[in-house]
Amino acid sequence: MKNLITATLMTIVTTILFGLLYPLVITGLAQVIFPDKANGQLIKRADGTVIGSRLIEQPFSSPGYFHSRPSAAGAAGYDAGASSGSNYGPTNQKLFDRVKADVEKLQADNPGARLVPVDLVTTSGSGLDPHVSPASAEFQVPRVARERGVSEDEIRRVVATHTEGRQFGFLGEPVVNVLELNLDLDEKMPMRK
Amino acid sequence: MTANGWLQILFFLAVILAITKPMGLFITHVFGGERTFLHPVLRPVERLIYRLTGVDESREMRWTEYAAGVLLFSLVSMLLLYLIQRLQGVLPFNPQELPGVDSSASSTGFVASAFNTSASFTTNTNWQSYVPETTMSYLTQMAGLAYHNFASAAVGISLAVAFIRGVARRESGTIGNFWVDFVRANLYVLLPLCFVFALLLVSQGVVQNLRPYDTAKLVDPQTVEVERKDAAGNVLTNPDGTTQKETQHVNEQTIAQGPVASQEAIKMLGTNGGGFFNANSAHPFENPTPFSNFLEMIAIFAIGAGLTYTLGRMTGSQRHGWAVLAAMVVLFLAGLVTAYWAEARGNPILTRGGVDQSASAVQSGGNMEGKEVRFGIANSVLFATATTDASCGAVNSMHDSYTPLGGMVPLTNIMLGEIIFGGVGSGLYGMLIFVILSVFIAGLMVGRTPEYLGKKIESYDVKMAMLYVLIFPLLILAFAGVSVISPSFGSSQLNNAGPHGLSEILYAFTSATGNNGSAFAGISANTLWYNTTIGFATLFGRFMMIVPVLAVAGNLARKKVVPPSLGTFPVTTPLFSTLLVSVILIVGALTFFPALSLGPIVEHLLMSAGKTF
Repeated sequence: MKNLITATLMTIVTTILFGLLYPLVITGLAQVIFPDKANGQLIKRADGTVIGSRLIEQPFSSPGYFHSRPSAAGAAGYDAGASSGSNYGPTNQKLFDRVKADVEKLQADNPGARLVPVDLVTTSGSGLDPHVSPASAEFQVPRVARERGVSEDEIRRVVATHTEGRQFGFLGEPVVNVLELNLDLDEKMPMRK
Repeated sequence: MTANGWLQILFFLAVILAITKPMGLFITHVFGGERTFLHPVLRPVERLIYRLTGVDESREMRWTEYAAGVLLFSLVSMLLLYLIQRLQGVLPFNPQELPGVDSSASSTGFVASAFNTSASFTTNTNWQSYVPETTMSYLTQMAGLAYHNFASAAVGISLAVAFIRGVARRESGTIGNFWVDFVRANLYVLLPLCFVFALLLVSQGVVQNLRPYDTAKLVDPQTVEVERKDAAGNVLTNPDGTTQKETQHVNEQTIAQGPVASQEAIKMLGTNGGGFFNANSAHPFENPTPFSNFLEMIAIFAIGAGLTYTLGRMTGSQRHGWAVLAAMVVLFLAGLVTAYWAEARGNPILTRGGVDQSASAVQSGGNMEGKEVRFGIANSVLFATATTDASCGAVNSMHDSYTPLGGMVPLTNIMLGEIIFGGVGSGLYGMLIFVILSVFIAGLMVGRTPEYLGKKIESYDVKMAMLYVLIFPLLILAFAGVSVISPSFGSSQLNNAGPHGLSEILYAFTSATGNNGSAFAGISANTLWYNTTIGFATLFGRFMMIVPVLAVAGNLARKKVVPPSLGTFPVTTPLFSTLLVSVILIVGALTFFPALSLGPIVEHLLMSAGKTF
């Protein structure tokens, strides 16, 4: 009985300490030291409208934009309120049907295209992967250049500024941030209407 | 497989080995009641907690009272978590105005989700049948779920320390005071590490706020085809069996927010693994950069590795601690190399479909379904191996989408008992059970009474050890077996057909019983059957194992020490590490090989032949 009382008191006291005080103090510190990062690195237009987060993938399907990876988050994909992978197993027919359709579309949209880089036709674990590989960006350069009426090398120069190498030179993999790249293109070389 | 991938893996292992000693030494000091550099700040808090809860810190407990403390605390804290979930609709820190869990809003009736979550988080499992960002309020995440990440981890560390005391003490009736161990594990070990770790995570971009979810206006609005659903959420089908589609215009994106970093830190350090978001550590807000990913992986092993040093230190045989660590490293590398090889090869059926899966300077290649570009193959398999070696269960890639052999590695790691570094505390006491079995088998081979660090291992100890070893597969195979036999139980909820479907069910109960919490997540486990059976699997897998562990600890503490003789099998040599690895593999293989051969192994053969389901 004494142990039951101790257990109850211990639950209450430690819940207040570790379940409330600790996260609230961390929230306070984070908001003061890293206000932008603690709030999700939102990208806003001049009028304050939120148009996305630099960490969260958005869908792009217009030919003048670099396309992001397919997404299984939410019913329509790219739902940052319902993150998810496809969870298709390696012998799932639905996986092959989806990849086949995507490969055919990508090869039709990017004439002269060769093998498609794997990340461009696979869904990410989160469904919100903000990046594509440099290979997937290069794959799309001719199409984007044609749509925007500029040379491929001009597009490549912009892609290069949004390509991040490995962190500290060796951690992770090289990536291209799709949303930031597309916003930069819209600013520097807007699409012809 | 790339040179850079191997470099990252070796760097990871080097850092783990480098922190083993300082971490272990610190833990030894804390539980020995010695003064540490944190005492000026934390000792007054510790004393205040004892005063508020009426704990006498000088009082020692027998193993039975220690076990009663563990069970009572777990019961009470589990009930509180259940209440918080059910009542979150009327509690504060709920900007999304989410209703209570399992309230009548659910279209599929009562599914016992709140019970499942309570059991799962109390047992350090963190299996999640719910989608966090659409289910749990910020209060439930902080004071319910993240709190249990602290509490269940501290219970695990306490149990490991109590077990080490049992080995180290001579002719003693007691093994420590549970309440004191619990408070010290939380206050001196977990809290300071989390504090620093959480802020480091924020610096990488992990969010930490209490604001409502944001809505972004899409740069390139979309028109998409989605499946039509009725009011209850069921997909509508045409008479010919195909699903009905409708077009939908998507102009906005909801961006979920929350106090993530504080929870992420304890989720990893306490080997809990329950994600703030559904996608867990694959979500860019939980794990935005390769460096945050590296820190999270280090956190999985940090305390488990340190405890092997604590073992050596407290038992006065430092080389024994290193010998146990060596066995862990061997098993870790074996799994890692297998998974890395399998995932880097990619999926042969995709290669035939015009997809480039080769590794190069501009892409990581390999099987990228369910993986993030910033992590690539190397960091995904490293995370998957570590999270299942330990009983963590966080994921930065979707194990369900791994190649058959790549996915078999996490499954096998859990089946071996999560003793490779292992969950905080639970990994070490699980490993020590296998140590006892190993010295017992070695004793049988030379025909001598087995000894472990001067303690004679007798029939009672071996019986308890065997109980520990047998309960685990019995629970997994029985639950999985029953789930497979009827669609109304389990097999209707699968996302994948063929042998992969069996793997999903097998993984679910292995993960639950092993208190891991990762999943082949295609399985729709938010049903009455799965929530109930998986909930009980987590409870049995935790508490039915803890009791024999403490019984062995109590029994060992009572024994006299006999001086080592020529016939004593030393537990400090490479030979011992080899025997330990062999015993673990033989026990695991004998138990689970038949089930594995029907799941991942046959799937691998079928995939190589180009067969799909």
